[in-house]
Amino acid sequence: MAKTFDLNDDSVVVVIGSGAGGGTLGTELALKGIRTVILEAGGRHEIDDFENDEWGMFGKISWLDARTTSGDWRVAKDFPGLPAWIVKAVGGSTVHWAGASLRFQEHEFKVRSTYGDIAGANLLDWPITLADMEPWYAKAEDRMGVTRTHGIDGLPGNNNFKVMKAGADKLGYKSCHTGRMAINSADRDGRGACQQIGFCFQGCKTGAKWSTLYAEIPKGEETGKLEVRPNSQVLQIEHDSSGKVTGVLYADAEGKQHRQKARAVAVAGNSIESPRLLLNSASAMYPDGLANSSGQVGRNYMRHMTGSVYAVFDRPVHMYRGTTMAGIITDESVNDPSRGFVGGYEMETLSLGLPFMAAFLNPGAWGRGFTSAMDMYDHMAGMWLVGEDMPQETNRITLHATMKDQHGLPVPDVHFDDHANDIAMRNHAYRQGAAVYDAVGAVRTFPTPPYPSTHNLGTNRMSEKPRDGVVNKWGQTHDIANLFISDGSQFTTGAAENPTLTIVALALRQADYIADQMGKNAI
Amino acid sequence: MRTLDKRTKVTRRRFLKTAGAGTAGIIAVVNGGIVMGSGGAWAMEVKTLRPESMATLVQMARDTYPHDHLADKFYAQAMIGYDASAGEDAALKAMLEGGVDLLDATAQARHGGGYRDVAWEEDRVAILTSIEDGAFFQKIRGGLITGLYNQPEVWAKFGYEGASAEKGGYISRGFDDIDWLEA
Repeated sequence: MAKTFDLNDDSVVVVIGSGAGGGTLGTELALKGIRTVILEAGGRHEIDDFENDEWGMFGKISWLDARTTSGDWRVAKDFPGLPAWIVKAVGGSTVHWAGASLRFQEHEFKVRSTYGDIAGANLLDWPITLADMEPWYAKAEDRMGVTRTHGIDGLPGNNNFKVMKAGADKLGYKSCHTGRMAINSADRDGRGACQQIGFCFQGCKTGAKWSTLYAEIPKGEETGKLEVRPNSQVLQIEHDSSGKVTGVLYADAEGKQHRQKARAVAVAGNSIESPRLLLNSASAMYPDGLANSSGQVGRNYMRHMTGSVYAVFDRPVHMYRGTTMAGIITDESVNDPSRGFVGGYEMETLSLGLPFMAAFLNPGAWGRGFTSAMDMYDHMAGMWLVGEDMPQETNRITLHATMKDQHGLPVPDVHFDDHANDIAMRNHAYRQGAAVYDAVGAVRTFPTPPYPSTHNLGTNRMSEKPRDGVVNKWGQTHDIANLFISDGSQFTTGAAENPTLTIVALALRQADYIADQMGKNAI
Repeated sequence: MRTLDKRTKVTRRRFLKTAGAGTAGIIAVVNGGIVMGSGGAWAMEVKTLRPESMATLVQMARDTYPHDHLADKFYAQAMIGYDASAGEDAALKAMLEGGVDLLDATAQARHGGGYRDVAWEEDRVAILTSIEDGAFFQKIRGGLITGLYNQPEVWAKFGYEGASAEKGGYISRGFDDIDWLEA
């Protein structure tokens, strides 16, 4: 039975959010013997609650609280109230993530030095390097059971992968395989092997896919040092007259407010809610919000250059069978400015079920141009394109001037304009994606626009100098020693790779640092 | 490789057990409050909207997302909920009835009859195109994305198998059975 902690216990570390960052950090702190309370805004849905039903699960676990959008990105037109497609539940977006677990490349930690000054981009080198991260990547990969690392076999290729692989080979791409996936290819860590169910985005029914919900948090709870409190939406982080944080105010499922005291607070609410919380915590001492002396809180919002290519063939594919994203071409992930843009992108298999395909293939489209594509659903193959986008100061999370949420707090507005580099990369990726399928006889290809953002990054970025960002190389805020950021919002830049492995590696590294600082009574 | 049988396996009248004699032709209004499909394959009782309006909405649904392998009953299923919703939402009722009136008026001006009397799909689609930026069309179109494509009964007709976990996933059911790619 998991321990519970008193609201007035000011010895605990409070972690806000239970996803890749918060769920990992909270568990690791507990394993180190540190008393920890995770406050999770959403409910706790165990594997038994998962359904192979796209809209059913969407309604059950998605973050659907009111948000607004602005800017020239197409998501603002297609999904104006849903800028991000993320999870509000214990486990956070590790419930619905695809499992792709890639290390960043060396140059991606120092893009300002590598790419130079890109007009309109607020580029900055990370204060850490790949060498700094390598041991933490190794630890994270082992913990998550990432295929093709630590001697773990790759997953078998499904039909969708086989089409990608055949096209990649014909096109001359050199690096195409079934990915580095945090999905068990054989029994490991008390969890079984992938049964090729599909529905990775709806919660893995066998638990073969790593999620903090069942692969981390229960281990923390077993120590007696971790309490996870679901349906606990943090409204404000509080501080004392010295400026140190003292605890948080949160609302329970009935909207009743509670105050949990804390020795330190780690924010891991994803890159929209984390800066929103810092901004909503403004006080007389911190009138622009907590940890915001740089003015960078909420800025440099990144969401990856994304898009998809679906292709129709004259013969069946049944792409939805099996692991959704176990397939990758990495050849385009290098930095090769001769292509007309800096940075690179990954090409990863992707399929949607018929209900989501109707919603996302070409939002707003109707008539026979659309329905003739849908008629060929079982003859389709598909891939997702995910690449580095440029941080821009004006792409940012702000508090809405008038709209309030169910707790009376301003809702977040998500503003995003595509950078010219993002557009050039997307167009290149669409061409190359179509070429992969054309090489194996596609009769029609579709350059599908971005979905609501699944990779939300950068809004509390890591910087060497306090004036350039919000947190230092440990994710500790420059302004407040006992306030940490533990999610993807601390990313200085986005890299081409799916972010979860890096979030987990940073959380493990941060847990060590917090334990060290607590041991020294520095916090 | 394992493919799906896309034929309709069950034929049964939908929504109402009896609905009088079958009518010839396409979607029709039989009598007070009953809208019926071709050959009596399906029928529905309409309480709030004009039955003629519901019949037009069903035709509009097909013209918006035409799938020739789907019977009208699936489009009717996607539209039937609007009758109850309109009963609780006067603004929605006004939007739907007003939208149908606009379709009919446009059809009258162009072709000398109501929307459902326009014989060629292309001509009906041209009418829809003329109103596609309006709230009425977008309401119907947006609703169809889930109303039509999230009906489990239509999935097999697109070769989609739906839930798989309770069947053991696809590990023994064709996840890698593609057989036409050249080595």
